[in-house]
Amino acid sequence: MHISRFGSVASRHKVQLGAALSAVALAVTGLAVPNANAAPKPITIGISVSLSGDFSGDGKATQQGYKIWATWQNAHGGILGRPVVLKFLSDASSPTQVVTNYQKFITSDKVDFVLGPYSTKLTKPASDIANRYHYVMLEGIGGGPSVFSRGLKNVFDVSASATYQLVTYAKWLAATQKPQPIAYATMDDPFIQPMVDFAKAYLDAKGFTEAVYKVYPAETTDFSPIASAVAASGAKIAILGTMPPDGYAMIQNFIQAKYNPDQLIMASGPDQGADFTKSVGITNTEGIMVPNTWIPTSNYTGNKDMVALYIKTYGGDINSINADVPEAFAAGQVLAQAVNKVGSTSNVKLQAYLHSGAKFMSVQGPVQFAADGQNSGAAPYVFQWQTGQYVPVLPLGGPDKVSPIETLRPAWGTTPGA
Amino acid sequence: MLVLQAIIEGVLVGGFYALMAAGLTLVFGVMDIVNFAIGALIVLGAYLSYSLTIHFHIDPFVSLIFTTPLMTALGMFIYVFLIKPIKTNKVVMSLLTMFAVATLIEGILDICYNSGFVQIHASYINNSLRIGKLNFPLIYVLSFLLSAFLLSCLYFVTYRTKFGRSLRASMQNPVAARLVGIDTDRVSMITLGIGIGLAAIGGMIFGTTNAFNASSSYDIISRLLVIVILGGFGSVGGALVAAIFMLVIQDVVAVVWSPVWGSTAFYMILMLVLLVRPQGLFGKKGVRAQ
Repeated sequence: MHISRFGSVASRHKVQLGAALSAVALAVTGLAVPNANAAPKPITIGISVSLSGDFSGDGKATQQGYKIWATWQNAHGGILGRPVVLKFLSDASSPTQVVTNYQKFITSDKVDFVLGPYSTKLTKPASDIANRYHYVMLEGIGGGPSVFSRGLKNVFDVSASATYQLVTYAKWLAATQKPQPIAYATMDDPFIQPMVDFAKAYLDAKGFTEAVYKVYPAETTDFSPIASAVAASGAKIAILGTMPPDGYAMIQNFIQAKYNPDQLIMASGPDQGADFTKSVGITNTEGIMVPNTWIPTSNYTGNKDMVALYIKTYGGDINSINADVPEAFAAGQVLAQAVNKVGSTSNVKLQAYLHSGAKFMSVQGPVQFAADGQNSGAAPYVFQWQTGQYVPVLPLGGPDKVSPIETLRPAWGTTPGA
Repeated sequence: MLVLQAIIEGVLVGGFYALMAAGLTLVFGVMDIVNFAIGALIVLGAYLSYSLTIHFHIDPFVSLIFTTPLMTALGMFIYVFLIKPIKTNKVVMSLLTMFAVATLIEGILDICYNSGFVQIHASYINNSLRIGKLNFPLIYVLSFLLSAFLLSCLYFVTYRTKFGRSLRASMQNPVAARLVGIDTDRVSMITLGIGIGLAAIGGMIFGTTNAFNASSSYDIISRLLVIVILGGFGSVGGALVAAIFMLVIQDVVAVVWSPVWGSTAFYMILMLVLLVRPQGLFGKKGVRAQ
């Protein structure tokens, strides 16, 4: 038997084994002893956003809102003292893709939390996936009644839901104007149509009548027959359930049909800032109203920071901030407040806390969740374009200063002082 | 009166849909491919006209002097460098290629213009002609007149010129056309160029009547395909009749009943027509002996 300089073969093997065990022990203890200088593990949040498809305009604004929130939150200590890192995937405005995205976030990326996508149409399938994996879905832009009527306990909307968006205007109309025919036209969208239908039901009960009621599919590109029908009704009040491109086309068709209602309120479109004024022309904006859950000059928690940070990051001015930005920001705010209170990243504990009646503050005002996840503490505003400015006009007696409402719109193309 | 207004508006709007569909049906007739990029190309045409009106203050109709030749050249470029080199499974691969072109165009437009909605403006866009109690948007009247003129030119080219004979021969039987000395590659190249040039014009009109962004192509392509199917693939006259028919049906149902049922009524009629004439109203059965 060959004797090495280390002694016998058996001895050599013992030395080799000892060396190996020592190396392993050193490696393990190296891993076990925390490096005092290591950065805290980030809180990862998965979000699906519509960067293409029908919702691309709002989807991009939604992403901006979330990004601004993450920047702001990290400047204020992050969540649980840990930095916030957002992971985005585009869903192309597709309910199928949004499911895939959240599935990936949860099962593959193993994010700590998820936040909601844009629109009721995408929030519903997304919240189903989150529910399957016991994840909470906080969202600010998916408030159609069907989101909350499925019995899910994991979805929470920090904004005013669809049914309440036009109520402020409807209540004011009933209180100040005599009952008269109203023209209604709405897209058959799960968020937009309930806004109009709920307001219509309220006004019907107050003696107002339906001059015309038209529902159109989302893929409509020719609005002339709808506008003609509304114009032919002669109604002096028009309530439209529109998304931005439809709303702009509807206004153009109203101008072409020489129909100029005294009051015109639209579900969405006039709240798109520069997009709206560029598409319809600033001189055609006078008197047009839109509900909104946010006021740019509000003093609610974090709003001034959000506005300043948005302008610094993306340019523009206070009127160019899309309404989706604060809705997304608010969802992030409530998540941070709730998780910091719970003290852990457990979605189960988070869900229980959100259902406990706890109150939160956001850029959109107070938030408190009802049993079905709707924000029962919300009080939406109504905005109106006046002399080229987007100003709040309702609710009266609320916490923020509002301008007097214009009850008689001028002719198209006349915006005094614009 | 509302019904009459809807019928006339349907005819006016149908005119420019017919123009866009004519390009699509021609391309299919000659090349046997469905140009899935047509929607994206129409939006590209809209953006080109929009840029010219915004930056150079050119009238939208005048902008066509620049955008139409540019997009015609683009169509020829696509044929020479993307379609012609395909040697196997030409039909399927061409479909995929045009789908890729559509996705690429949408992505580039999204980067260049971001996702905000824009619209082409001119001083007369919101004006309307009044005849008695009827109001007709001036832009629809002008676009109908332009479409009628261009479709007439297309008819003249197709039926009164040597190129048109070559085009019809290629549609009927490309193998036989090659045998008699027709350069079918050249015919295909020019046809795709014409089809995409027409998209530039359709895009300008679309952009004056709708707010759009890079993703607006999806609503257009579905309508154009339906028009081409009803009219018959390869039939320009069929595209005209089908487009007007579709828009009139939709508009009348929208005012009389509900816009939600407008499309449904049309698709039901489409289904009935296809049950009786699977080749569409003016399509020809078994015309392509391969």
